[in-house]
Amino acid sequence: MSRPDALDRRKVVARLLHNRKELMVVSGLGSATYDVMSVGDDELNFYLWGAMGSAAMIGFGLAMAQPGRPVLVLTGDGEMMMGLGALATIGTRQPTNLTIAVLDNEHYGETGMQPGHTGSGVKLEEIASACGFGWVGEIRDMAGVGELQTRIHEARTACFSTIKINTDEVPRVLAPRDGVYVKNRFRARLGFNSL
Amino acid sequence: MQQSPETTEHSPDWQQQVFDILKSFDVKHVVYVPDAGHAEAIRMSEQDAGVISVALTTEEEGIGYLAGAWLGGERGALLMQSSGVGNCINMLALQSSTKFPLLMLVTMRGEWAEFNSWQNPMGQAAEKALKLMGVLTWRAESAEDVKPLIEGAATMAFDGDCACAVLLGQRLIGQKEWLK
Repeated sequence: MSRPDALDRRKVVARLLHNRKELMVVSGLGSATYDVMSVGDDELNFYLWGAMGSAAMIGFGLAMAQPGRPVLVLTGDGEMMMGLGALATIGTRQPTNLTIAVLDNEHYGETGMQPGHTGSGVKLEEIASACGFGWVGEIRDMAGVGELQTRIHEARTACFSTIKINTDEVPRVLAPRDGVYVKNRFRARLGFNSL
Repeated sequence: MQQSPETTEHSPDWQQQVFDILKSFDVKHVVYVPDAGHAEAIRMSEQDAGVISVALTTEEEGIGYLAGAWLGGERGALLMQSSGVGNCINMLALQSSTKFPLLMLVTMRGEWAEFNSWQNPMGQAAEKALKLMGVLTWRAESAEDVKPLIEGAATMAFDGDCACAVLLGQRLIGQKEWLK
């Protein structure tokens, strides 16, 4: 199981979204979506309930279309692992307004806590570094989380961080599952019409 | 009539049209896994300062990317070969669930005069697989099909929030030369 000093995922996400201003957030399916919702619903949240492995690429496309605003992808280690190629693709463009933060409990929490690859030594942040991300880190304390929150808004370089969290079960906070609604209100907030 | 080497190397007119059609629909992002049939559109995308072109490691990345770009207010298109259709299947749920405009241009293999039979399984299944996932499809078999079909698909994608794929047939693209 996870190390006793691993962080509480809800405290981590609340800290990352503190004073978020115009931060745009993409959350990976499962617990990451519940975590983002637990801080409060927001028009600039794009919650995933499926399409596993897509969170990083959605954040990338958003960051390229809106280069003047910061984008945060919050996802789990299993979701990131399913779309590893995205790190290489993002590395070819390195948008400075994109941060990917992986909530890493080294397990597949949604499906019964089966062991994940990161628990066997796979270092996602080292992969991201090798792909060209300008800043990478492995965060194990709340001070590090606070520093990452600052980096998100500074938007100086493409950032990637794993954040080691514990495997404690926390209550599900259900985000809207109507993807059309979530998409349309996100776009409306940026001033774009729906059909 | 014998073609000069220069003419032979020149890509056919329909290939050059593809990029112009995308531009006329205000496409700002061209994402792709390369294929010889898309070479001209990719080359023109890379050279156009008003277009962001992104090479993908696998085709399903393009679906996520274009969803994100649309959230951010911009249009894009995904270019791939028929073998890449299979890689996209689960990711097409992202389009079904959120209804963002998804325009896919698919160059076909494994359907006519195919030398490499490993291309046949996915080439034969590509259109059916797209339809199974709710993607609207059209097939261009001759050069004069290309413009109206891509324009029609782009209209239904961008004006109707649909997933639309134009399959560029192997007879249109031409037989791959294996012997130099």
